[in-house]
Amino acid sequence: MNLELNLVALRTIVRKEVVRVLRIWVQTIVPPAITMTLYFIIFGNLIGRRIGPMDGFDYMQYIAPGLIMMSVITNSYGNVVSSFFGAKFGRHIEEMLVSPMSSATIVLGHVAGGVLRGVLVGALVTVIALFFTDLDVQHPFITISVVLLSSVVFALAGFINAVFAKKFDDISIIPTFVLTPLTYLGGVFYSISLLPEPWQTLSLANPILYMVNAFRYGILGTSDIELGTAYAILLFFCVLLFVICLSLMRRGVGIRE
Amino acid sequence: MHALSIKDLQKTYANGNVALKGINFAVEAGDFYALLGPNGAGKTTAIGIISSLVNKTAGNVEIFGHDIDTDFAAAKSCLGLVPQEVNLNLWESVQNIVMNQAGYYGLHRGLALERCEKYLRALRLWDRRKDQARSLSGGMKRRLMIARALVHEPRLLILDEPTAGVDIEIRRSMWEFLQQINEAGTTIILTTHYLEEAESLCRHVAIIDDGNIIEDAPMNTVLRKLQREVFVLSLAEPVAAAPVLKGFETRLRSDTELEVDKGPEHDLNELFSQLDAKGIRVDSLRNKANRLEELFLRLVENKDAEGAGAAR
Repeated sequence: MNLELNLVALRTIVRKEVVRVLRIWVQTIVPPAITMTLYFIIFGNLIGRRIGPMDGFDYMQYIAPGLIMMSVITNSYGNVVSSFFGAKFGRHIEEMLVSPMSSATIVLGHVAGGVLRGVLVGALVTVIALFFTDLDVQHPFITISVVLLSSVVFALAGFINAVFAKKFDDISIIPTFVLTPLTYLGGVFYSISLLPEPWQTLSLANPILYMVNAFRYGILGTSDIELGTAYAILLFFCVLLFVICLSLMRRGVGIRE
Repeated sequence: MHALSIKDLQKTYANGNVALKGINFAVEAGDFYALLGPNGAGKTTAIGIISSLVNKTAGNVEIFGHDIDTDFAAAKSCLGLVPQEVNLNLWESVQNIVMNQAGYYGLHRGLALERCEKYLRALRLWDRRKDQARSLSGGMKRRLMIARALVHEPRLLILDEPTAGVDIEIRRSMWEFLQQINEAGTTIILTTHYLEEAESLCRHVAIIDDGNIIEDAPMNTVLRKLQREVFVLSLAEPVAAAPVLKGFETRLRSDTELEVDKGPEHDLNELFSQLDAKGIRVDSLRNKANRLEELFLRLVENKDAEGAGAAR
């Protein structure tokens, strides 16, 4: 494999993705900012005042890390699925397929694009959160590493969705019927210690719970789960999904006749 | 050296359609090669396999000696593709499309910019470089796809019907450009439905039909196989009846237009000598149909007739 060629190709895909995100900023940046502002106003400010403190933090502070993580997850996923499926649909994916760059470069380039958008939107939502509450980051390394790993996991998942998607409806099924419910049930708005059994135990099967709680631990220093388990799950999914993406690309599933 | 070597290439699609039935052909480096065939013959499938857009069922493809399976990066670096259908990202600017393609081939930004300007100027798109591709006309989009395919300066350029739907003026300028590229050393494989395009540009022709190569020879050799050519002569003065000419069949289309059938055993000098002897002066002449077109139709029809006979 020609490493230099692949590095240049990787940079090109990342640049293309950044240009795309910025070109359609009204679709990529503005909606999550508005949605999250509404969450802070309604759940944090209006309802949160009646709920009272959770795990020793006021409700607004408690949900802020979950909302930031939610925006990172949905935007990382959404960026890759829409960009890669768009390229398939418009057939300009052929520009990449005829070139000598490796399948891994194509996957990594799109994942990097998804991570960049996820982190960009996450940063924007953090700024919005600071208008409503104070956030003192307790563990910066954990905060950053969990954001990046979660973002990678969902960018890879978005890639797989895009590979199998045949029409535009197919790229909204997983976000609507899988991602959103898992995110809402992943401890964004509550601590699972509030749930009765068997829901508390069942919640532990939701991988998003670990991401949200690890991130919350990074910012607030409180979590419902073991940090080591969260990292293990994140790394496991990163490797598993990357291998699946690579295998799909090499076999040409959904992209070659 | 062969720019492209294809051995026993087969493709059966998932729906059972057999698109290629084990084709073999080789393209010499520097050649201008026509790959012709009716719709659905297997041309685009063959090109798809060569350029890695279609998975083959069996067979072997080498580009400048590099196997597309075992040495894919080297093989692909030698190849540029202009596909049949417009596959541009219509929301990208013209310049970004070409620059991105350069990046996918590992060209550093400085060189990519230089090449981008070179080919956009050559294809008269430089003034539109900031515009989104969707704002270009059909002919401009075709030219942009050629610029994109050339930015890494491939040794083998495959053009799948590059002039489809393009007006005659742009088509001629594209022919001129492709001839320049070929003269500079790039091997070109062209598929087209405009057979006069293949006849005037290509030195070698292969005809593919129903997944098989039915003809593969130099253009001159192929054209010599024509048994009969029909010429239309514009006469300087009207004539009352078609003249009787030895060795030629003649008929009048109008009193100043004469249609003449010529077999391979006679040449045009004989025709003009006989007309001259009868006091008939000719202003101009043209082939009634394109020569390659006639041959193409004959070959495809013969094959269909053979197939029907075998079926009986």
